[in-house]
Amino acid sequence: MPIWEAVTLAFGMIRAQKLKSFFSLIGAFIGVMFLIAVVSIVKGMDKYVQEDFAAKIFGINTFTVNRRPGVQFGDVSDATRRAWRRRPQLYEDDFLAIRAAMPSEYLVAIESSNQVEGVVGTMRSQYIQVSGVSEDLFKIRDYRVAEGRLFTTQEVTHGQPVVVIGKDVADSFFTAVDPIGKTIRLAGFPFTIIGVIEKQGSVFGISLDRFAIAPYSSEIKKVVNPHKVVDGIIVKSPSAAQMKDAMDRVEGIMRSRHHLRPEDDDDFHLDTQEDVLSFWAKISSVLYTALPLLVGVSLVVGGIVIMNIMLMAVAERTREIGIRKSLGARRRDILAQFLVESATLSTTGALAGILAGLLLARLVKAISPLPMGVSPMSIVIGIALGVGVGVIAGVYPASRAARLDPVAALRYE
Amino acid sequence: MSDAVIRTVGLTRDYPMGGEVVRALRGVDLEIPRNEFVAIMGPSGSGKSTLMNLIGCLDTPTSGQYWLAGTEVSRMSDDELARVRNQQIGFVFQTFNLLPRASSLHNVELPLIYAGLRAKERRARAEHSLDAVGLADRMEHKPAELSGGQRQRVAIARALVTEPSIILADEPTGNLDSTTSEEIMRVFEDLHRTSGQTIVMVTHEADIAKHAERVVTLHDGRISSDHLKAA
Repeated sequence: MPIWEAVTLAFGMIRAQKLKSFFSLIGAFIGVMFLIAVVSIVKGMDKYVQEDFAAKIFGINTFTVNRRPGVQFGDVSDATRRAWRRRPQLYEDDFLAIRAAMPSEYLVAIESSNQVEGVVGTMRSQYIQVSGVSEDLFKIRDYRVAEGRLFTTQEVTHGQPVVVIGKDVADSFFTAVDPIGKTIRLAGFPFTIIGVIEKQGSVFGISLDRFAIAPYSSEIKKVVNPHKVVDGIIVKSPSAAQMKDAMDRVEGIMRSRHHLRPEDDDDFHLDTQEDVLSFWAKISSVLYTALPLLVGVSLVVGGIVIMNIMLMAVAERTREIGIRKSLGARRRDILAQFLVESATLSTTGALAGILAGLLLARLVKAISPLPMGVSPMSIVIGIALGVGVGVIAGVYPASRAARLDPVAALRYE
Repeated sequence: MSDAVIRTVGLTRDYPMGGEVVRALRGVDLEIPRNEFVAIMGPSGSGKSTLMNLIGCLDTPTSGQYWLAGTEVSRMSDDELARVRNQQIGFVFQTFNLLPRASSLHNVELPLIYAGLRAKERRARAEHSLDAVGLADRMEHKPAELSGGQRQRVAIARALVTEPSIILADEPTGNLDSTTSEEIMRVFEDLHRTSGQTIVMVTHEADIAKHAERVVTLHDGRISSDHLKAA
């Protein structure tokens, strides 16, 4: 029997037995829906982490000299933690040395932060992140002002009490008035607001606009760190190709400043967005490992359901099989008929599952900041799994049907 | 011998049943020439259904030989038998055995699907066949929408559509009232008279058997009588 006849026949059966068909579809449906939705969502998160998250937190082609790794994953032993605590602090002099040594196309800045309360007039704010920085940080972070201006090299040199604030801070203190020129007290020290930075958005629901940035040489130094100590030295290279070279140079400078011998390990850490990305890669690889399990379980269950429904169908249609055999159907005709029917069932389920999975991914996109990353490969795999499950689940019932004795089948009531 | 459509020699068929062996056929020698209309009679348990299954290539004999249209079919494989059934034999059953969800036309087309014909030719031949049994206006009807006599005529159209060597009818009027039975028998008679169709009909009713030219009676798995009707 030509395959097309068998498919037409199969759709006829599905239409004739709607409820039963629905139940036999559901396994393949759920399995493939999971597949499509999870792959789309994980791919979306992937895109988000790579393009948004890592770039916003670290910046592109940027690395940070820290005392200890900024991103930690896995278990860190107490011994390691103690070793990190014994490491020397980073100082403003380290920053000046690196900046002096690096060619001018590299941007070098420092940043030291703390969470403090802000006060404007009689209004107190929730804790905001205050940072003492050098002027090039704005270029590294690509911060642009929405209002006012950024502070200048002179203001940094002289430690002027000026501050640039984030959009959230501006909005919470100054609803009706212009914040520029107003005074804000950070941990008790007064600063003049000279600029408001454009809205940065949020990462995983945490606002990136609750900050205040002042020259590191201003009174902010008393707020963020002990004298002359800095949190991190940030270096941005003009291109990805120059990153490695820049990191090697900075490592060399720091090693010589810390008088490390060649056999000694670094007593500082260079954080890059690669650290975040590899952390994410670990999470997503766990998700991708769990996914086949999830999909596999629903497809196995779906396959068993289809097999049972097909066994029932073979029993119910014994007489039909007898009639077909008496009219000249060979074993392989009967086999093909039931295999195609079973595959049609599961493929229909898989197609519905693909639609539902895409809808689910759209829904996630609509209610979260995550973009949707539909993978054409997952759709191809979904369809292939649908056909495969149907064929595999159909083999046993179909071969039983094909082997029926025509005389007994015709006599079957 | 060349004009014998059916020739059997020492046909036996044993069925294991429980611990015992039921010997349904105990050596049947039968020759049916082309263009003959034969009735096979006998009480229940005489082996006439077993003989019909063997003649219809639905079953294979325990021993003995069977030639259908000159080819020995008694040792053929399942799939070879399926081909023989498709090309040489047209079945008409007591219970009609139509596919309930399919239209008359599709039911009649079915053997042609297995013969591998194209849709267009199938349809033309099925329509022609239904027309021949007087059901040109019932092609799209499902079996449930037809009377018993009409259903049996669809079954006859299906049996004829492949232009088989023999029509094999198993109690074709068993589920019909006497008026309809006569009507169906007239269809068989017409077929036989106009196109010389070879017909083998199993029945236990003498009234029905009298339509045939020849009556073969079975008893305990053997032929007990074989009469040719006077022309």
